[in-house]
Amino acid sequence: MRFQIERRVEPSSFMRFAAPVYATFSTLVVGSIMFALLGHNPADTLFAFFITPLMTINGISEWLLKASPLILIGCGLAIGFRANVWNIGAEGQLVIGAVCASGVGLFYPDPESALLLPLMVIAGMAGGMAWAAIPAFLRARMNTNEILVTLMMTYIATLLLSLLVHGPWRDPDGYNYPQTALLPDAALFELFDPMYRLNTSIFITIVAVFAMWFFTERSFFGYKMSVGGAAPLAARYAGFKQSGSIWMGLLISGGVAGIAGMAEAAGPLGQLSAQISPGYGFAAIIVAFIGRLHAVGIVLGGLLLSLLYLGGEAVQLSLGLPSALTSIFQGMLLFFLLASDFLIFYRFTPFPKPIKSGVT
Amino acid sequence: MTPRLELRHICKRYPGVIANDDVSLSVMPGEIHAVLGENGAGKSTLMKIIYGAIRADEGEMVFDGNPIASHGPSISRALGIEMVYQHFALFESISVVENIALSVSGKFDLTALANRVRDVSIKYGLPIDPHRFVCNLSVGERQRVEIVRCLLQMPKLLILDEPTSVLAPQAVTKLFETLRQLAAEGCSILYISHKLDEVQVLCDSATVLRNGLITGTAKPKQSTPIELARMMVGADLPETHLDPSTTSDTPFLNVDHLTAPSDDPFGVSLNDVLLSVFGGEVVGIAGISGNGQAELISFLSGEVLFKGADTITLDGKDVGQLDAGHRRERGLAFVPEERLGRGAVPPHHLSDNAMLTGHRLGMVKHWMIQRGKANDFAAQIIRKFNVKTTGYESAANSLSGGNLQKFIVGREIELGPKVLIISQPTWGVDVGAAAFIRQALIDLSRTGAAVLIISEELDELFEVCDRLHVICQGQLSKSLDRKNTNVEEVGLLMTGLKSNPNSNIGEAV
Repeated sequence: MRFQIERRVEPSSFMRFAAPVYATFSTLVVGSIMFALLGHNPADTLFAFFITPLMTINGISEWLLKASPLILIGCGLAIGFRANVWNIGAEGQLVIGAVCASGVGLFYPDPESALLLPLMVIAGMAGGMAWAAIPAFLRARMNTNEILVTLMMTYIATLLLSLLVHGPWRDPDGYNYPQTALLPDAALFELFDPMYRLNTSIFITIVAVFAMWFFTERSFFGYKMSVGGAAPLAARYAGFKQSGSIWMGLLISGGVAGIAGMAEAAGPLGQLSAQISPGYGFAAIIVAFIGRLHAVGIVLGGLLLSLLYLGGEAVQLSLGLPSALTSIFQGMLLFFLLASDFLIFYRFTPFPKPIKSGVT
Repeated sequence: MTPRLELRHICKRYPGVIANDDVSLSVMPGEIHAVLGENGAGKSTLMKIIYGAIRADEGEMVFDGNPIASHGPSISRALGIEMVYQHFALFESISVVENIALSVSGKFDLTALANRVRDVSIKYGLPIDPHRFVCNLSVGERQRVEIVRCLLQMPKLLILDEPTSVLAPQAVTKLFETLRQLAAEGCSILYISHKLDEVQVLCDSATVLRNGLITGTAKPKQSTPIELARMMVGADLPETHLDPSTTSDTPFLNVDHLTAPSDDPFGVSLNDVLLSVFGGEVVGIAGISGNGQAELISFLSGEVLFKGADTITLDGKDVGQLDAGHRRERGLAFVPEERLGRGAVPPHHLSDNAMLTGHRLGMVKHWMIQRGKANDFAAQIIRKFNVKTTGYESAANSLSGGNLQKFIVGREIELGPKVLIISQPTWGVDVGAAAFIRQALIDLSRTGAAVLIISEELDELFEVCDRLHVICQGQLSKSLDRKNTNVEEVGLLMTGLKSNPNSNIGEAV
């Protein structure tokens, strides 16, 4: 039977929720084929990838620890994405946030001060915002493409970090590793349990999720931004300024990315190092899309992507599979998600019978 | 005699709508056959099925006695079926003959083709210079190019989809002469329209469609317009009432000598536009699209700011440098011709769309949306303006064009504006809803507001306006009192053929 593609009268709300499930399922199927081709039993490998990491308390702690920055950044990015402001450079804003916060942590005159951690949060946020303000200014004033500028600024940020940790900020007692001295205790988030790395910075993420929901669903500014994203001409018609959305979208996403970077330095790492992030800023783009740019979806998406990181590491250790697997899974997930989105607006129907031939 | 074309029981379904339901008709050689119907009646779908651009779900087609088994545009061309679409398919940046060469098979010889184009265009009274660039052609001339392109193929059946919607009255008369000449030579013509007067003048027979079904066939020359309208609309046409008005002492909207050169090579420069709209009256701007209406409207609405536009005043105060939002705060409301994407946000529900311009009515408190108020406002518009929808939670793009237009017009009127600007108020709107919208505009003006209508439909403007202007090539004519002018005069002004003694139109042409 032949099928044709037909536009739906109204976008399917069922598919809106089913598409991420389809995408996840397809990723697993193709992933299994890939495991089989690598010579591993797919079922065992999938178990090792997705289930084993969550069977210990430490596993859960690591899962949440990695999900936290993904969700935090994802929330910020989604606000911009809703307004068609495409910040692809959260990774760079994360790095600058971590640099600024670590600078405060390392050089603040009173390393015991209770103000240190809050100051570092502010410094991280300000750093991320400042880094995002450059593409915002260029886009609002000169109509440059923020996708390119934010992406290129990421490379500058990474190189700046590299310069600092290889040069002036390198720990003199650090055996030449590209990292700073350890941050003082007052500059670190408290751990829930000294056995595990999960720390109180997760509360920042929880607050951010609620704030994001409130901003997008309840605030007038969030409404104006969504109008600008869905129909730029309608925004101009109503008199909503596009530059407002650009600034807001980039500053919010830059600010939270900066906080996420700060939380890495002041959390599991305890110092600034050349490898501050395993690509959280980029993975958060996938999180925002898997989460349909909605707060709840972003939480689920963040948990899924975090599990991909954990699983990737786990099968590297236990089965000796390549580390590129994590990136492949991330890529497949996004690819299948975008493909499944097609089903929200279109459907397959049987091909109509051709016009009958022959005179009756 | 064998019919040129016979359709038997054609059906075409789309999700949620049946475009054609058991449609049968036949056209004889040399016959001019009208397919009449309102917007959305299924006329265009039927023509595309005949041309092979879309495929029918059921039914059969017979051409010159031979059934067509598998259909497509290339088969149509081989059979001699040609179609002039409502929206032209011409490349703007190349010449007429180059455009035509793209669709002509055979040896590529531009010189020979240019000569053929010239011959055909002279023979059929469609003068066109084959070497002009399409971007410099008026809409009427572009249509000529499309028709000439079809005629070069020596068609046996020519399909025209609402060909006069872009033409001035005089150009319509010329087109009809061409079509009659073609028919006399044996070419069959399918003429799609919703304009009764044209069909009565031109066509030998008519098939009337409503909601995809044939509601009647007629000999238009022997039928009265009322009979045809009843078949088309299913009821008698509603009438609007234009009461006498008392106007305000000073204009609510005033434009003083606005001159705006266009940066865009395809745009139109505005030249010395003078316009006053007083409270309590409806003023219309007639004109063929692309003569500066879009530019003038975006300056008036504040969507485009222009330094030289500071001569615009609203209720006596300068607003020329204020953006759309600030002008709205001073009592301006505006309905653009693009409903989806400009007047409304397509995927947003009606409550959100009510808020687009209605948020000023207390729907925002401490930067927070008062959802209840937005819902009430949307519900009020739906109720008062008879919008057919399942409720304020439906997405704007799930509404039909006419219903969405009622919603947008309703929203702008409910804002209680001092000045309402409305562009193409009833484009693509069915007859019933159109009459409703027209009456609503008149009623608004009679409560003291100033209403400015920009429309291509002369009948509409004559029905609702107290005064008229005509825009042509960026110039606005002087004000014409509706009672002292007629379609003829306005038509001449639209084409720039007549110079108005008190305006500057004549000098420009």
